[in-house]
Formats: sequence, structure tokens, C-alpha cells
Amino acid sequence: MIIASNVSKQFGKLKALNNVSVTCNKGECIALIGPNGSGKTTLIKSILGMVIPDNGFITFNGKNILHDWLYREFIGYMPQAGRYPENMTIGQVLDMMKDIRKKANSTQLDEELVNAFKLPGLLNKRMRTLSGGTRQKVSAALAFLFNPDVLILDEPTAGLDPLASEILKEKIIKQKQQGKLVLITSHILSDLDDLVTQIIYMQDGNLVFHKSIENLREDTGEHKLAKAIANLMMKN
Amino acid sequence: MKKIIKYVIADILRNKIVLAYTAFLLVISLSVFNIEDNAGKGLLSLLNIILIIVPLVAVVFSTIYIYNSAEFIELLVSQPLRRKKIWISLFAGLSGSLSLAFFAGAGIPVMLYAPGATGLIMIVVGIFLSIIFVAIAMLAAVTTRDKAKGIGISILLWLYFSLLFDGLVVFILFQFQDYPLEKAMIAVSGLNPIDLGRILILLKMDISAMMGYTGAVFKDFFGTGTGFTISLLVMCCWMIVPTWLSLRKFNRKDL
Repeated sequence: MIIASNVSKQFGKLKALNNVSVTCNKGECIALIGPNGSGKTTLIKSILGMVIPDNGFITFNGKNILHDWLYREFIGYMPQAGRYPENMTIGQVLDMMKDIRKKANSTQLDEELVNAFKLPGLLNKRMRTLSGGTRQKVSAALAFLFNPDVLILDEPTAGLDPLASEILKEKIIKQKQQGKLVLITSHILSDLDDLVTQIIYMQDGNLVFHKSIENLREDTGEHKLAKAIANLMMKN
Repeated sequence: MKKIIKYVIADILRNKIVLAYTAFLLVISLSVFNIEDNAGKGLLSLLNIILIIVPLVAVVFSTIYIYNSAEFIELLVSQPLRRKKIWISLFAGLSGSLSLAFFAGAGIPVMLYAPGATGLIMIVVGIFLSIIFVAIAMLAAVTTRDKAKGIGISILLWLYFSLLFDGLVVFILFQFQDYPLEKAMIAVSGLNPIDLGRILILLKMDISAMMGYTGAVFKDFFGTGTGFTISLLVMCCWMIVPTWLSLRKFNRKDL
């Protein structure tokens, strides 16, 4: 569904992505793992067209994304730290997004998360007054709102309380079962254990490996993802 | 695209600076017309104030607005929208609301107190200058990530167009006073939209006699229909070229 070929990106002297090639298919739940500054967010932003790669190209459903924008209709994106127009209220942001993404053949809106996070009670709060966690809830609700085929979640559980993060995990599992592609980055590996089917490990802008979780468990002999990754990091 | 413009304008109206700007223009133009007994004199005083204030407010407000909308732009770019449309909508929203503010604040008093061709040209020049300086501000804002630097660049550009440019022109004129530079001055004035606007209005006021031989040459050129049309076209270029350059940069910008 998403194919990145030899994608490179340099910010000044820093090589954020170095010849990264990945293939992501429908029905997979892929975890992007790596130390801070390993290029995970840059890869995600390249897929979204927010960062334009210096080299290489990315295709979505067989089409190059470079001069395309409609493919983003099929993506729900939850940014690492959602930034929203400060003087809009939650309700206005939700309405604006619905207005912008409304299609002629209006697909069913998925308001399950909006309700589960009790956002309807906060609709009149301005974005600048929100706590980091509430902001994350808004981001998550927006990512799932339009029933996208692909979900890209950048550190989804960071800042969420245990209850909310459990709700979000349930939701992600449900989406995975519906055959959607989920791309997720997280440092909380225990959160990923029962979610992911594939692991992409990145370091210093390089893709170190892309394996299914079964392979990873076999290779390392560890059952828990956290231990398996730690095992691999030690070896490197 | 209409939807984004709608949100941009709603957002601009919400932060009240544009409303204050409108009120400020209204107070100035009403007091100028009430102090001067002659509407023509009032128009001349207003012209000098407008040529300073309109570009300054347009350039500073737009630069700050673009930087403050970084979140909004980021949010929109990750949605199924063309970058071109996002940028053009921001441009349209900003120039639309600033032009409207100018029209309400200065245009309406001018029409009431000094109706006629001169007043009309002054309104058109004011609106053109608002749009031109929005375009210049957007170019400055897209060039650098640093907010302070961006605002600094746009203030410097305003300073250049409203003060330094004239100084440079005078300097060149004195250095080359032995040569006939009157015709060349017409081309040079095209390099500064503020000067172009000033010349257009002054010539309509029939005080070009005060500008000496250069004034006569200007009158010869700008006074004719062709000269007038050409100068309006040059002003349009001043809107289109910076917008086009900033659009190209925005299309390749990493957010």
C-alpha cells in the first residue's frame, strides 16, 4: 500500500533519513522503533508529504505522492505533539476538519473516540487552555474520525492517562482487525506487545531491520517485545 | 479553497487588530478632512499618511499572522488539500481583510468628502498597496523559520520601500546630474510600488508643476491612458511576482 524507495533527507548536516526503503501492506500493524532522533518522525512526515525527501520516492497505492494530495484522504494522522490554532475551540477544530474533509459520497464518521474521550463536554474549551493529554485526545479523535484506510500514529500513548491509552489501544486493535494499515511509533514497548505484527527498527536515519514479530521472537528467543529489542540493541 | 479562506478571515476578525486598524484609519481620515477646509488639501495630507501606514500595517500584520498560523498550516498540510490552495487561501484571506479594512477606514471618508477621479485612484492605490505588501510579507515569512528574523526582514523591506529607496534615487540623481535622467526615472519609479502609487495620485492632483522638469516628463508618461495602464500593470506584477516566489518556496518547504 505504501512503498518508500531509497528515501533520503538531510537537514543541514544531519542525515535524518539515509536510503530508507520500506513496504507497508494492508492489514499490517507496523511499529517504528528506534532511539530519539533516528528519523522515525521524518519518515512519517515524508509519507504524509509534510517533509519532501531529497532523494527517492514514496508511492501510495501505486501512485507517486510527490505531486498528489488526494491520497491523504485515506490517511488519519496523529502527530507527536498536536499543534492547533490556539484561539479555536475543540468544537470549532472538529467542525473545521469535518468541513474540509467532507466528501460528496459522505463516508460514515467514526465518532467512537470523540465520545469515549468525553470530548463533547469540552467542545467550548479553547485549544490553548488544553492540557497535553487532552490535546492528544483531540489528535487521536481526529485521526480516527474519517474512517481512513491507513492510520499513522506518532507516539499515540505519550501523555495519555492509563484509561485513555487503554481505550486507544482497543480502538487500534479493532481497526487492525478491519484490515487497515496501522503505522505506529512508540517508546513504550509494552504498549505495542499485543498490537503489532511487524517491526521496523531505525537508527541514525538507517533502516536496521524490518521483520515480522514472530521472526523477531524466534531470532532473539524472547517473548516480550521490550526484551527482544533490548537484546538486539545490545548486540548492535 | 473557499472554506479555507472562510476560516482565515474568521480567524483574522477574531483577533481584532484589523478592526483597530480600520478604526484608526477612520479617525485619521475623518480628522484630516475636518481640519482642512479644502478637500484637495485634505486628500494630499491623507495621501502622505496612507503611503506610510498602509504598507507598514500590511507587512507587519501579515508576517506575524503567517508565523502565528504555523499550527494551522501544519494541520492543513496533513489533510487532503493542495499546498498551493492553502497558500493562496492565506494570501486571499489576508489581502481581502486588509483591503476591506482600508476601504472601510479610508475609502468611505474619501468618497464622502472628496468624491471624484483623484479620490477613486487613491482608494485603488491603497488597496493595491495593501495586497502588494501582504505578498511581500508572505515571501519574507516563508523564507525564514525564525519569527524574529522574518519580522525583521519585513520591517526592513518596508523601510527600504518607503524611505531608503527615495534616498538612493536622490543620491543617484545628484551623482549623475549632468545627464538627462528624466526618462530613466520613469523606469526607476516602477521599482517601488509606493512611489508608483504616489506619482499616480499626485499627477491626478495637478500639482506636477511643482515637481519641475521631471514632473513634466512624468506627466507626459503617467498622464496618458497607456502610461496609466502600464503603471497599474506594474503594480499587478508587484502582487503576482512575490506571491509566485513564495508559493514556490512553500511548495518545497518542510513542515
